[in-house]
Amino acid sequence: MYDGGKIIAGIIIGLALLTFPIWYTSGRAAPKPEVKLPVKEKECVQPGPYMKKKHMQVLDLWRDSVVRVQQRSYVAFNGKEYDMSLQNTCMSADCHAKKSEFCDRCHNYTGVVPYCWDCHIPPKEKPEEKH
Amino acid sequence: MNVILSLIVSSVAVFGLVVIAFVGVWGAHLEWLFGVVIPYLAVITFFVGMIYRVVQWGKCAMPFRIPSTCGQQKTLPWLKRTYVDKLDNPVGTVAVVGRMILEVLCFRSLFRNTRLEFGNGQEIKYKSAKWLWFGSIVFHYTFLIVLLRHLRFFTEPMPFFVPIIEKVDGFFQLYVPTLYQSGLLLGAAATFLLLRRVIDGKMRYISLPADYFPLFLILGLATTGVLMRYVLKADVVSIKELTMGLVSFRPVVPEGISVLFYIHIFLVSVFFAYFPFSKLTHMAGVFLSPTRNVSNNSRIVRHINPWNYPVKVHTYAAYEDEFREKMIDAGLPVEKGAPEPAKPE
Amino acid sequence: MEEPLKQADVMKGTRKEEVLDIDHSPSLFKRGWMKTPVDIRPSMHCFAGEPARLKVVDFPNPRVWSAMDEDWKLPTNWKEIVMDAFKVRLDRFRTFKLFMDICVRCGACADKCQFFIGSADPKNMPVLRAELFRSVYRKNFTTAGKLLGPIAGARDLTIDVLKEWWYYLYQCSECRRCSVFCPYGIDMAEITIIGRELTNLIGLNIDWIAAPVAFCYKTGNHLGIQPHAYKSMLEFFQDEIEIVTGVRVEPSYNRKGAEILFITPSGDVFADPGTWTCMGYMILFHYLESLGLDITWSTYASEGGNFGLFTSHEMMKRLNSKMYAEAKRLGVKWILGGECGHMWRVVNQYMGTMNLDLAEGSNLEEPVSPITGTKFENTKSTKMVHICEFTADLIKHNKLKLDPSRNDNLKVTFHDSCNPARAMGLLEEPRYVIKNVCNNFYEMPPTTIREQTFCCGGGSGLNAGEDVELRMRGGLPRANAVKFVHEKYGVNMLSCICAIDRAVFPDLMRYWVPGVEVTGVHEMVANAMVLEGEKEKTVNLRNEPLAGTEESEDV
Repeated sequence: MYDGGKIIAGIIIGLALLTFPIWYTSGRAAPKPEVKLPVKEKECVQPGPYMKKKHMQVLDLWRDSVVRVQQRSYVAFNGKEYDMSLQNTCMSADCHAKKSEFCDRCHNYTGVVPYCWDCHIPPKEKPEEKH
Repeated sequence: MNVILSLIVSSVAVFGLVVIAFVGVWGAHLEWLFGVVIPYLAVITFFVGMIYRVVQWGKCAMPFRIPSTCGQQKTLPWLKRTYVDKLDNPVGTVAVVGRMILEVLCFRSLFRNTRLEFGNGQEIKYKSAKWLWFGSIVFHYTFLIVLLRHLRFFTEPMPFFVPIIEKVDGFFQLYVPTLYQSGLLLGAAATFLLLRRVIDGKMRYISLPADYFPLFLILGLATTGVLMRYVLKADVVSIKELTMGLVSFRPVVPEGISVLFYIHIFLVSVFFAYFPFSKLTHMAGVFLSPTRNVSNNSRIVRHINPWNYPVKVHTYAAYEDEFREKMIDAGLPVEKGAPEPAKPE
Repeated sequence: MEEPLKQADVMKGTRKEEVLDIDHSPSLFKRGWMKTPVDIRPSMHCFAGEPARLKVVDFPNPRVWSAMDEDWKLPTNWKEIVMDAFKVRLDRFRTFKLFMDICVRCGACADKCQFFIGSADPKNMPVLRAELFRSVYRKNFTTAGKLLGPIAGARDLTIDVLKEWWYYLYQCSECRRCSVFCPYGIDMAEITIIGRELTNLIGLNIDWIAAPVAFCYKTGNHLGIQPHAYKSMLEFFQDEIEIVTGVRVEPSYNRKGAEILFITPSGDVFADPGTWTCMGYMILFHYLESLGLDITWSTYASEGGNFGLFTSHEMMKRLNSKMYAEAKRLGVKWILGGECGHMWRVVNQYMGTMNLDLAEGSNLEEPVSPITGTKFENTKSTKMVHICEFTADLIKHNKLKLDPSRNDNLKVTFHDSCNPARAMGLLEEPRYVIKNVCNNFYEMPPTTIREQTFCCGGGSGLNAGEDVELRMRGGLPRANAVKFVHEKYGVNMLSCICAIDRAVFPDLMRYWVPGVEVTGVHEMVANAMVLEGEKEKTVNLRNEPLAGTEESEDV
């Protein structure tokens, strides 16, 4: 090879950059996060799979509804009525009370930084007894 | 091949790929094939193919130094050269590296682009035409940003720059989930590059299916990506489980990933596998271009041609043998048989 | 060889409007280029090389043939020869291999080629001219091309493709303008050089190149001027100079022990307006003799140009070897080179690599100007200095007595020749010289000069008589830029530093921009020089009255 040194150096640099995820991960796949689901409450405002994919759109709708037209009532898929409130409904004591055990798990895993918390204050988490 | 045929061939090819992935996963449930086997094969093809390409180029000799000089040469000590001259007509490694950086990162040569205006009569004008440069810059850099953003699926924890890129890219906080400007711009730039091929008569005439195919492929990639993120939605946690399985070499195929994802990753796989066999090799080739990556110094330093071989020449002796009489008559000096100094007069 | 000046008359019957009535945008329904066979048109190509020329240099397949004939009389295994040679060159030239692989057909080069601008033949877009070769490359050397054929832009080398190659290889002047704009630096000149090398292997060439090559090989110069004739031609110039200046200059030939060997294109010895440039060198050297210049001309190395460059790398090396061989034989310290375009591409980018080993054991050393003491460090290895570098240095050090007003009858513009601009970067030296020897200098538009300069339309051996339409079309962009400064500033003199320019431009100007003459830079230098013992000058080297002396002449 002519100019072999430079070319091989170039190949190595290129390889190093392009294989970044492989050596960065180095064979240790972080386990898929498990969210802690509510114990008491069995149903959400929409079925689980729907919420998994589209919760951000539901919350977006709620915000617009509350802030812009002062409509606070949400009729869920099962006919029940809910108060449109992130802090009081979603994150009530019976549901997803702990941001760190529910919201953050997936968001951190997939690198999502929602701007909910620009305005909302997540409910205080009581330091529970450790298991 | 005519433009219409080229467009048909290349768009049908991309559409065919979509159908293959759709049938394969939705009909035949070949999630492992499309989610694991093919991506692995594609990435291997990419790396082996690209290294093979570069090594093949490396094996070709560089017999002469033939930089395209685009500025004043290094010459008399009092003749000052501007920075532009030093970069466009480089002497020495630093200048060459500078020229290559400008070329690779800023598309320096494309920035010179002009457009011919051939008016009737004898009015010929060369208008500045930065659109191609601008379109290409936007296309390549947004592509890079999109790629870097995808690191969120391939690293855990994410390196510091990924959230920063995402934050900047989603700066306007439009739509939910946040709209990335890079995606929008990438689509626009690819469309621009496609349209100029179809609309400009010259471009139409020189374009091959091999020019349309990658553009359609990239537009296909972008479309499936947009659908997944904004419209049909996808289970990102499961997807990341799959992609992390790939990079950690512990492949898994979680339940609940939509067929759209498999179409997307299949198009990506084809894109990677296609790379080394196509014009996309310009990604590596640009670094090796002998009209850009050498010094204009062959009058200063002798450059060696590895296959320089002796050639048949017409020597002075043979020349003089042929013309000796005439040279002597004309009073030109000769080596042999010069008239004796004893001149009669 | 045909006399080019007469041949321009062919174009006289053709109205300019007709020539300019061309469309650069192929229509939507035009057939794909691969299926459009080549249409070999008279006046757009040069005559085939005559067998006698090829025999002189042992080139294959010497025979009488014509591009207009159906049968090109090729050896039966021509395809094998070409493809084998193609393969060899892919290994020998990284340029060739890379340029076959990485073009993305972005079209940046398309409207940069003067032959496309002037002819609107889409196959003259550099990208497409290169695709003529890439298509064959793909078919023979890539998997995709072998499998997918035309879908992958691949096609076989057929006789029609070969004819297309030949036709367009000799419609490219190796000017490298496309390579300046290409984002990957793809250089059509390189593909043309190698392509011509391939066609030469089966006896496809043009006489306007083959003849100078054969002449140069035997007699030392392209025009076949034998040593005694070379001397008598310069003697004629001595007389002319004496008539105009009253000073007798005395050049020396093949003189051993001289410090410097001077080599210039033989075109300057042969035809106007190059002859006046040649007289310019002679006057300059005479002037410098008293200041310590010790220079000799050579009849053996009597050619600066190198039509081998337009034939093959090997032929280029064979012809170029004379420079170092002669320098060594005469024992000179360094070589000074005259104004020439492609000569300087060879000297700057090829000569040292090809032939420097011939200089082993010679007296050659790093050139130093004997008049100013300036070290030409940029020529440390090759030991050859461009005369514009040399003269610019003289002027900078005030060594020449100049009266630029003697050129006041001129309004000058400068044409950057392709090779000194894009294969060297000799941009400021000639401008510095011109600005010091004449008072009226005007630049052409920036998109047509310096690294973006256009070819004269006759470079790389295309300055024949029979392809005059090609030359007028290829020269159109340059002529158009001259016309611009001619109309805007009244420019009446187009200066250049290339012998091919000086041969091509007079016709081109006569056709497109009447009223503009052509000159070499050193003709203007000599006209501005105030010589020791000169008579009162009333005319310049062309016997034209100097500005301010017309009235007295009129009486």
